[in-house]
Amino acid sequence: MDLLTFMQQMVNGFSLGSMYALIAIGYTMVYGVLRLINFAHGDIMMVGAFLGYTFMAVFDLSFPVTMLLSITIAALLGVLMDKIAYKPLREAPKISLLITAIGISFFLENAFTVFGGGTPRAFPVPEYMEKIFDVSGVVFSVASITVPIVTICLLLGILYVLYRTKYGMAIRALSFDIKTVNLMGIDGNRIIAIVFGLGSALAAVGGLFWAVNYPSVEPMMGVLVGLKAFAAAVVGGIGSVTGAVIGGFIIGFTEVVFIAFWPELGGYKDAFAFILLIFVLLFKPTGIMGEDLEKNRF
Amino acid sequence: MIEDKIFTNQRLINLAIIITAIWFTWFAQNTFDEYTIRIINNVAIFIILAVSYNLINGVTGQFSLEPNGFVAIGAYVTAILLVDSEGMLYQYDIEDPYPWVLALQTNFLWALILSGTISALLALSLSFPVFRVRGDYLAIVTLGFGFIIRILAINSPEITNGSLGINDIPEYSNLYWTGGVAIFTVMAILNIIYSKYGRAMKAVRDDEDAATAMGVNTFKIKTLAFSTSAFFEGVGGGLLAALLTSISPDLFTFFLTFQLLIIIVLGGLGSTTGAILGTIFVMAGLEYMRFLDEPMNILGMETEAMPGMRMVVFSLILILVMLFAREGLMGKKELSDLFKRKKADK
Amino acid sequence: MILEVCNVTKKFGGVTAIKDTSFSVKAKEIYGLIGPNGAGKTTMFNIITGNYEPTEGDIKFHGQKINGIKPFKIVHRGIARTFQNIRLFKSMTVMDNVLIGFDYQASYSYLEAIFRLPRFFKEERRVRKRAIEIMEVLDIAQYAEELATSLSYGQQRKVEIARALAANPQLLLLDEPAAGMNPLETHELAELFFKIRDEFDITILLIEHDMKFVNKLCDRVMVLDYGKTIFEGDIKDAIQNEEVIKAYLGDFKHA
Repeated sequence: MDLLTFMQQMVNGFSLGSMYALIAIGYTMVYGVLRLINFAHGDIMMVGAFLGYTFMAVFDLSFPVTMLLSITIAALLGVLMDKIAYKPLREAPKISLLITAIGISFFLENAFTVFGGGTPRAFPVPEYMEKIFDVSGVVFSVASITVPIVTICLLLGILYVLYRTKYGMAIRALSFDIKTVNLMGIDGNRIIAIVFGLGSALAAVGGLFWAVNYPSVEPMMGVLVGLKAFAAAVVGGIGSVTGAVIGGFIIGFTEVVFIAFWPELGGYKDAFAFILLIFVLLFKPTGIMGEDLEKNRF
Repeated sequence: MIEDKIFTNQRLINLAIIITAIWFTWFAQNTFDEYTIRIINNVAIFIILAVSYNLINGVTGQFSLEPNGFVAIGAYVTAILLVDSEGMLYQYDIEDPYPWVLALQTNFLWALILSGTISALLALSLSFPVFRVRGDYLAIVTLGFGFIIRILAINSPEITNGSLGINDIPEYSNLYWTGGVAIFTVMAILNIIYSKYGRAMKAVRDDEDAATAMGVNTFKIKTLAFSTSAFFEGVGGGLLAALLTSISPDLFTFFLTFQLLIIIVLGGLGSTTGAILGTIFVMAGLEYMRFLDEPMNILGMETEAMPGMRMVVFSLILILVMLFAREGLMGKKELSDLFKRKKADK
Repeated sequence: MILEVCNVTKKFGGVTAIKDTSFSVKAKEIYGLIGPNGAGKTTMFNIITGNYEPTEGDIKFHGQKINGIKPFKIVHRGIARTFQNIRLFKSMTVMDNVLIGFDYQASYSYLEAIFRLPRFFKEERRVRKRAIEIMEVLDIAQYAEELATSLSYGQQRKVEIARALAANPQLLLLDEPAAGMNPLETHELAELFFKIRDEFDITILLIEHDMKFVNKLCDRVMVLDYGKTIFEGDIKDAIQNEEVIKAYLGDFKHA
């Protein structure tokens, strides 16, 4: 393919990758502090998109306001989820937590099907997002620039919180050794709640952007995306926020390039993230940013 | 010695149960009406699936979401092996089937065995990347695996007839088959559990590091459990194909796995008896709860049909059980444990 | 020399847990690893059992290098261990817990188990008989069918030891076996270990804090202080050693 098409694919890949990255951050942070794969996380992304739809199509609010409201509600939902379902099971065997997470995920998907209807809703994409401009043959939409930029900003924001604030340090300490943190007078549960809140907020942003780029909102939309986002988190190095972002971009790029080079294999594009996951598990299980979270077992 | 006596008493009881089960299968097939037989067939197949799913999840303690993937594989393998070339050429509308797909043809027994074996081999290959590393990747990998299988089924019309699925599968499944395989599966699983392999599986569940410290090859045990579960899930899939006579990719979504998960959790994660009871309980419950999906009359108000309400209720039940009654019905115990008395001081 | 630890250093990132430590254990000896908490004793155990690999140095068992061998394989070679915080299998009976140790030795295949072929019964019977024998030495055979966690602390300790003995080890690693016991119990435990050493013909390497217990039981000891060896040799000489007394600040007054 020629340079122009390649550049185009780069732009698309960057955009897609950012959305995966936003959702992957939440997965990796929760796994870091709880060693739990929060299956319901992908569904938070769906909730974010649905909230966006409700605020914009039903209440006719502007996109920025919608975003603010949606991420706040999503954050609260994340905290609530932890408080009601995960916190009581802190001392329970891990499998109970995983089962509960699946239960919540399934619950959210079906609840939204029942109360929101299974047919996809058309997301009202704000006009300025759809505006196109052409830079020497490569086509950008405002959306495809905004998404990566916002993602990078949010990533920097999270990194700032993690490495320069008190709470961030507590979060990192918790990833390292749960028992010690509680002994040092830090309220572990509060920190975990913050992690859930932050992760869910980011997932909601991801969901909103997803709806802008693919304006069809339906209850199952978080399932596949969530799976790929988790794969991204593992590829980048589970537990590492930067890794999650890198992983997200990798998955996004490869998906786009995959279809570009081999359009006949389009139906298989969803398989790619999974194959990459297996690959990573086979050859470098700690991922790109490579930290072995299990080394402190003994 | 005490041990000899335990072996014999237990064996007598087991024999009695098995004979009753065999008799019941014969009795049901020849007495009940078609509708009832269909239900019992379904229950028997789900017992096979639940009891084997319980082996990797409940007994070995490795959280996995594999059933829909392996059931799909088993169903398709059996379907392809049972439908003859003429039938295939007629049915396969999207693309013409590959010659080797047409050529593959065998009887029901071999079809089932191959369904199970191929599933087990796939499980074996998944085991290597997953169990080699520490961590909870089994769930995500098996979740993805289920997706991939569906994607493959849809995108390989020359093999599977894509989204149209395979129809007119000979209806070989009757109670002798489903009941017989169910009895065999339950016996096999119980025999595994009450052997050194089952003990090792439970050890891995209870404390993997301690198990390693006692010389257990935890990788081998997990792989064994996972492949065994996959084998029987594949066989169950084959039986399902020959029961429904018509399969398509949409039959094998995550919903199937979720149903089985609820079954083994409610029955008691780790208990084979629990899995059996759970199957009966949940399948009856799902049928009973159908009314939730229909228009209802609540306190004088008419509501519209709400498809999916059933599953909302079920997922809530799952969450509540996890929070308040984690042990489910049987916990980790089997039927025989309920009758055991603590030895005083022999 | 049944076990040789040769110039072992272990670093975790920037922290040096063990520094250039060497010692060897003679066959049928009872050897003690003592030192304050955090001195690196459990780390040393974990290195011997293969859970950690030494940053530098080697571990030799019967003259053969074993560092780098997978932990479960090291058990098969003849080294078994117990844990500081008793780690019994909570869902299983005492008998089943002990049987885990035997599983490597019960030689029937998966299919033989599923189809209940004769070899299954033969091996199960053999292995159960051995398990009862071990439990009888430890005086816990009467609890065989009880849930392991329903026993008292002291009895659970014995179950753990029985389980480790089931693996047919030549070297038994015990991590603070006397923890949480009163003087009478520790006295009985010491007697038990002498009995085990003779009945099963094994070597014992243990980590302990209780100096009275160590003094009674051990032939030789090694004293660790923050990863460094401050003494190695006969227990009698250890008590007199100035460095040791300094590290323990008078613990030896009780011995």
